[in-house]
Amino acid sequence: MTYTSPVPVTDGHLYAGSSLELRSLTMAYGDIEVLREVSLDVAPGTTTCIIGPSGSGKSTLLRGVNRLHEPKSGDVLLAGESVLTQKPDAVRKRIGLVFQHFNLFPDHTALENVALALRNVKGLSKAESRRIANERLAEVGLAERADHRPRDLSGGQQQRVAIARALAMEPEVMLFDEATSALDPELVKGVLNLMAGLAQRGMTMLVVTHEMGFARKVADQVVFMDEGRVVEAGTPGDLFDRPQSPRLQRFLSEVL
Amino acid sequence: MDWLDNIIKTFLDFDAMWQVFPQLLGVGLVNTLVISIWATVIGIVLGMVVAIMGISPSRWLRIPARIYTDVFRGLPAILTILLIGQGFARFSQELFGPSPYPLGILALSLIASAYIGEIFRAGIQSVDRGQLEACRALGMSYGKAMRLVVVPQGIRRVLPALVNQFIAIVKDSSLVYFLGLLVSERELFRVGQDAAVLTGNLSPLVMAGLFYLVITVPLTHLVNYFDHRFRTGRRKATPPKSGLDEVEEVNPTPTLTYGSNT
Repeated sequence: MTYTSPVPVTDGHLYAGSSLELRSLTMAYGDIEVLREVSLDVAPGTTTCIIGPSGSGKSTLLRGVNRLHEPKSGDVLLAGESVLTQKPDAVRKRIGLVFQHFNLFPDHTALENVALALRNVKGLSKAESRRIANERLAEVGLAERADHRPRDLSGGQQQRVAIARALAMEPEVMLFDEATSALDPELVKGVLNLMAGLAQRGMTMLVVTHEMGFARKVADQVVFMDEGRVVEAGTPGDLFDRPQSPRLQRFLSEVL
Repeated sequence: MDWLDNIIKTFLDFDAMWQVFPQLLGVGLVNTLVISIWATVIGIVLGMVVAIMGISPSRWLRIPARIYTDVFRGLPAILTILLIGQGFARFSQELFGPSPYPLGILALSLIASAYIGEIFRAGIQSVDRGQLEACRALGMSYGKAMRLVVVPQGIRRVLPALVNQFIAIVKDSSLVYFLGLLVSERELFRVGQDAAVLTGNLSPLVMAGLFYLVITVPLTHLVNYFDHRFRTGRRKATPPKSGLDEVEEVNPTPTLTYGSNT
């Protein structure tokens, strides 16, 4: 299977991805540590896929990166600077997050969903925010659905609106939290194509996914996590064809 | 059939009812509605403040909101009305003159705000957490996220409950008569009660009761209608469609088909 960008790479909007580094990131819910000493380097403009069983701390890791959940210890560096010393809202503006369940605003149209933060966070004019929103919606193939509300869109369309919403903020890094897990099987590829296109156009991406095909084809680096730790990390070839740890070998034998 | 006559005379004496009708309409109904609507409006404003405080991350806002709600929900309405109505009479005299009417409205508003605060809080908290997270992930502040996305969704959900609360306020407005109202300020119950005492017959009160029912019963059914609509949604049934429509949408380049490209 191949993943082709829905827009020719040279036509689409180009992105300037920043580097992202995790330094011994530890996160906890109450007393329970769900992420232990995770270190990870994501070079600018590259894609890192995180795979692993549910409950292994993948989603928590993403939430630590943009401080939706405050890390317990360790550090996250965005473009070389610690996000923990900056204002959370300022950091989140620079990091896009796409959720498993889309989390679109149900009483806003697709266009308003994308334009809302442009207007209220970036402080753009109404006309300007709508112009950018329309552009981003066109980029995800939804120009004609701009006036639909989420409930009138399919899951795949909703997720593409959510991606457009995150992209509109011109993020330096995009985080995907199982973005295709809640979709119709037939619609998964459309969203993955879109993500592959972003990778080709310079976005730095950290992708939590169960789509092994995507991880193998699109990722520059794959990270396998279990029990809140990184078990193994490397190129897709290394991880999928030459897994070293027994835990990853077992995982792959179950899912592939 | 003596007893039937008796009952009709006591409760359904048309002459007595007819006599009090203009007063109920011109004085009682107007005052009941004025009191209830003011109390609801003030109650909604205060209730929103209490609700926002009640879900605040800061305990210094949460705890006072909790105490406020517990006190005004926990006390009998009549006690609150008397305490406020008589306790602040001097203060009110300087502001509004000798009438206890404004204090009655205030007391009802305070009681209502405790209930409405709980209604709003439940509504706002029932909004999926993902909505707040999505806003925050876009860099929106907590306040903006609440104001622009979460609270409007919460309010829409509790509209039926708010109408219910209005019905409760309409009924509770009858307690304001305890504060001693001027003749022109009497609400439905007081007008009916005065006429009943005067004529030694309960029919005027029954008439007042009918007035209450005319307000409350249609509202109850309106609530049920809204409730039903909210639950079933406004979605119209659509004919089944092919999943391919959407697959094509993200793959705008036509795919090659064997045999057709000769």
